Amino acid sequence: MVPASRAPNIKSFLLLFFKKEDLPSGPWRVALARLRQDRAALASAATLVLIIVACLLAPLYARHIAGTDPFRPHLDETVTIGGRTLDILQPADNPLHLGSAPLGPTWHGAYFLGADGQGRDVAARLLYGGRNSLLIAGAATLLCLALAAIVGILAGFMGGVIDQILSRLLDILWAFPVYLLAISLSVVLISQGLHIGPFTIEADSLLLPIAIIGIVYVPYAARPVRGLVLGLARSDFVLAAVALGVPNRRILVRDILPNVASTLLVFAPLIMALNLLTESALSFLQIGVQPPAASWGTIIADGQTLIYTSPIVAIAPGVAIVITVLALNVLGDGLRDALDPRAKLRVRS
Amino acid sequence: MISPVLEAIGVTKTFDVTGGVLGRPRTLHAVTNVSLRVMRGETLGLVGESGCGKSTLGRCLLRLHTLTDGTIRFAGTDISRLSMRALRPLRPRMQMVFQDPYGSLNPRRRVGDLIAEPLRVHRLPSGARRAEAETSARVHDLLRLVGLKEDHLARYPHEFSGGQRQRIGIARALALNPDLIVADEPVSALDVSVQAQVVNLLMDLQETLGLTYVFIAHDLAVVRQIATRTAVMYLGAIIEIGPTEQVFCTPAHPYTAALLAAVPHPHGGAAGARPMLRGEVASPLSPPSGCAFHPRCPSAEARCRVERPMLAPDSGPRQVACHFPLQETG
Repeated sequence: MVPASRAPNIKSFLLLFFKKEDLPSGPWRVALARLRQDRAALASAATLVLIIVACLLAPLYARHIAGTDPFRPHLDETVTIGGRTLDILQPADNPLHLGSAPLGPTWHGAYFLGADGQGRDVAARLLYGGRNSLLIAGAATLLCLALAAIVGILAGFMGGVIDQILSRLLDILWAFPVYLLAISLSVVLISQGLHIGPFTIEADSLLLPIAIIGIVYVPYAARPVRGLVLGLARSDFVLAAVALGVPNRRILVRDILPNVASTLLVFAPLIMALNLLTESALSFLQIGVQPPAASWGTIIADGQTLIYTSPIVAIAPGVAIVITVLALNVLGDGLRDALDPRAKLRVRS
Repeated sequence: MISPVLEAIGVTKTFDVTGGVLGRPRTLHAVTNVSLRVMRGETLGLVGESGCGKSTLGRCLLRLHTLTDGTIRFAGTDISRLSMRALRPLRPRMQMVFQDPYGSLNPRRRVGDLIAEPLRVHRLPSGARRAEAETSARVHDLLRLVGLKEDHLARYPHEFSGGQRQRIGIARALALNPDLIVADEPVSALDVSVQAQVVNLLMDLQETLGLTYVFIAHDLAVVRQIATRTAVMYLGAIIEIGPTEQVFCTPAHPYTAALLAAVPHPHGGAAGARPMLRGEVASPLSPPSGCAFHPRCPSAEARCRVERPMLAPDSGPRQVACHFPLQETG
């Protein structure tokens, strides 16, 4: 075990941004103290922060390090690496010189991971693609959890007919395989865009994949939330609130929601991992992020035809997806352990 | 004659129990035709075995359940058919203290917040919309009243012992200056040493604030200490009610006698003179015909299997629902 003093001191770090009385206390503080001792979860969180920061810096990388525009084809251009001038698309290494092979990894600033089939910088596209992948997965997670919280809390607290209707809707949604549902929705919406009354979402808007991915996983979070609320609604402290004459709306907000929040928080990284995979799959199938914009899924699709000549084009985004999903899952597990009141882990003060 | 704070007439509560997909729905008779009066300033003890419907009756009295049948009058107002919303203005006058001091306090709210909640909801004491100073003063008063310290306010329930949590629950129930408090086994989850403290606290509060209690318990000794009158319940019905000392010293119902006999006697001896109960409590899903107690009663006769004995209302302070009572009452 690492001595406590060497564990990262989250509290003093948070004190840089918050006043002392605003820091979480009570159950949240206990959870934070537990999380502080979970090195796997902390490493995952650090990895995710690193990936997010790197992706946010994509424009700086493209302009100042790679020095290229990753959204425009560079078919007949050359690039100078370490004093040598190279074709970005080189003649293919076969007797007839048919077709061309993209530049492999240079391990220099420009074309660090080589070029794709259209001569675009894979490393720069990887960072730009990460922006879209993470943005879609993150926004879809928020949408999914918000919907799940509303549906789950209403169904669990109201019971009766409302519960029946909402639960059956979730069942219907759940009855479709997630990918089948997501693919069907995407195929329809990507070709036409979405027009609801005065609102129009263009076919190439990121809102479409966000909405689609956000909705298909709602049952996975809403059902556990409903179960939890069902128990909470029958708990003594809710009965006590009723006995005190607290209106239902206030009971929902002050008594139920705070007890559901930790469950939603645990779900967040796990759902986000699923969302990231779904987004990549849709983009790989050309029904997610639309070209010339990139996402990790579209880059894998770009690399599909280059798998023999330049496998790194497909491998790099694949590795990015694996690392991100793994980190999200480990973080989710850590959060679950930290927030579980029955967890065996002892807190050292 | 003093008017009762709370009057229950023929209160009945049944629950529908579904027996899975193929099982037929059945009816659980939790409380059957209970009538009682609670007078101002008294403590009515409600005793009985686990599952006899004491807690359900307590919750019915405060209209935390909807009644299947019967009438409840609180301070002269019929509250038995009011909606939860219509009941809200009356809530400050009738409060509840719960059995489980762990489950009845929201683990995610601070103690100060928990105690202030009823004040904020009902805009008491002054009726102003934002009166944090007054609320805070009242919370501090309540804290002193139940013997907690001011630095406890910012803490969370999990940092307290069972006894302290029960004090928090009592402070919360007292916040609105209620007339009536239904205490549902308030000490049975506590250590014996702490039980005495909490019982003493409740008795002191009754004296200083003029409270009326319905005190639900299965511990006979605690009830004997705190209750002015005692009602004994068996299978959802009150089978004997009367002044505590009379009920305890000269039980009239065979069940009361058996219940008292089951208490271990510190010096041995006497207990053997009374018959122990045979058999098990019948299921409230299929209560026996006639007197619910007849399958276990040592003095049951043919009449008991057919005819249900009733409490004789208005026959005096001492009533018993038995065809062959051990003592003459009324």
